[in-house]
Amino acid sequence: MDWFPLYNSLRIAALSSVVVFFAGLAAAYYAARLPRLVKGALDAVLTLPMVLPPTVVGYLLLLVFGNKRPLGQLLANFDIPFVMTWYGGVLAAAVVAFPLMYRTARGAFESFDATLAQAGQTLGLSNTFIFWRIRMPACRQGILAGVVLAFARALGEYGATSMLIGYTPGRTATISTTVYQLWRTGDDAGALFWVLVNLGISAAVLLTVNWLERPAKGGPTP
Amino acid sequence: MSLFVDIEKKLGGFRLRALLDTDAPITGLLGASGCGKSLTLKCIAGIQRPDRGRILLDGRVLFDSEAGIDLPPQQRRVGYLFQQYALFPTMTVYENIRCGARGRGSRAEQDTIVRQMLAQLQLQGLESLRPAQLSGGQAQRVALARMLAADPRLLLLDEPFSALDAHLRDLLQPQLRDLLRTVGRQAVLVTHSRDEAYRLCSTLCIMDEGRTLRTGPTKEVFADPQSMAAARLTGCKNLAEARRVDDHTVEVPAWGVRLQTARPVPDNLRAVGLRAHYFNPRTAVNRFAVQDAGAMEEPFEWCLLFRYAGQDPGSAPLWWRMPKDKKPARMPAELGIAPENVLLLTQ
Repeated sequence: MDWFPLYNSLRIAALSSVVVFFAGLAAAYYAARLPRLVKGALDAVLTLPMVLPPTVVGYLLLLVFGNKRPLGQLLANFDIPFVMTWYGGVLAAAVVAFPLMYRTARGAFESFDATLAQAGQTLGLSNTFIFWRIRMPACRQGILAGVVLAFARALGEYGATSMLIGYTPGRTATISTTVYQLWRTGDDAGALFWVLVNLGISAAVLLTVNWLERPAKGGPTP
Repeated sequence: MSLFVDIEKKLGGFRLRALLDTDAPITGLLGASGCGKSLTLKCIAGIQRPDRGRILLDGRVLFDSEAGIDLPPQQRRVGYLFQQYALFPTMTVYENIRCGARGRGSRAEQDTIVRQMLAQLQLQGLESLRPAQLSGGQAQRVALARMLAADPRLLLLDEPFSALDAHLRDLLQPQLRDLLRTVGRQAVLVTHSRDEAYRLCSTLCIMDEGRTLRTGPTKEVFADPQSMAAARLTGCKNLAEARRVDDHTVEVPAWGVRLQTARPVPDNLRAVGLRAHYFNPRTAVNRFAVQDAGAMEEPFEWCLLFRYAGQDPGSAPLWWRMPKDKKPARMPAELGIAPENVLLLTQ
């Protein structure tokens, strides 16, 4: 039994979740402070990967990171090509999953009580302390839900991934590309096996999201 | 201790123009909701940035638009008690107060400060509770402890009692007054309650529609409010436009009376105010025929409504308030008011 697709899918999903966590937080934090018009425009751009067909995202990624493109060539010179490599999968999954993290985190930040941050400032607390120790804990449910959703989306990524990194057994194969490959070659039992693995993981992830989004104990501050 | 504020700020359609120069231990900012009281406090604390002006605390420049000085709130040493207290919901009472003490010496010293604050505000036993588990009065004490733990030079109290019910409010007012006396720091208290202002503040600043109207010793502001807004805010029920007749006489067309005044009537007189408690059937001056216009019973007082015989029918009846045991069997035929109780209002 070759477990490589599971391992590869998990490492791609995990790493892209880490990338998306920081990128989504930063985008959400700064977008929440922008004037309304700019925010609307930026919001549309940042959400685009969620509504575009994954093949379109994959094509756009190839336009930028393709081996014959300037950026792709530069990266290839440093021996980090994004095409046909597993970390190219991280890139594809991160781009597709980013809007989920960004939107959930932004919602959480927007419902954050600004007077808490202001109180922190008048107490002499640094803005870094306020962000990590006051804002983040107060928004933790929304942010965690965003990370988990992004992880689930990254795990289920097929379109952009297959276009950017293809399917090479033992090198770039993920669960989703393996299912397609096995079904195409008539290995129904193999395909069904990976389908069940994927179902199990996704169900667990979604149950986690529901659990994270349950109302907090206690109530608002009096 | 001294605080000097001279700022302007536009926020949407709202214009703030605040002038305040005070060295009183507790200065009250009295105004209706939405008049810019809280915005003024936020500008002093550095949470909001004025468009123009200067803010000085004990001679230290906190903000000066011309010199390009705008200290961040962290460096102003100005404590702020928020209306809803703004306790950090994910931290315990102890951790909340410790946030105030951060940056004051070593960890051990910070813990000592927190323990002092817990003792001073009688919070022992609540250290490990979260804000959601506290009563309103406890939450207020935790917020005060957290603010004082940072050792601020100036305390800003934004409607500190508005989150509490009326009974608790009356109970906690003397406690807060005593605490502020003990702490010995200058404080500015925002309120829309004249009782709160009168009880707690030695100096009062009246605010109306984004402008500071008048600052003075509280008793003087109540005795001579000078503006319609200040008269209304200090609880004057009977207000009417008036014009000057001579140095000590005003004519009030709506009420159909001419009133003698103790103070000289200013040229720019706009209106007069008569406080509901000051009418007296035995006063000989400013005595006019009145007609009964109904009565209202209050918990400890009666409020009798009346109209002057020559009053414009379109104008509202006047209020006369008295303790229950002083209520006459029926409305007297004539009522007077002493000349020193005629408030002369110029704005």
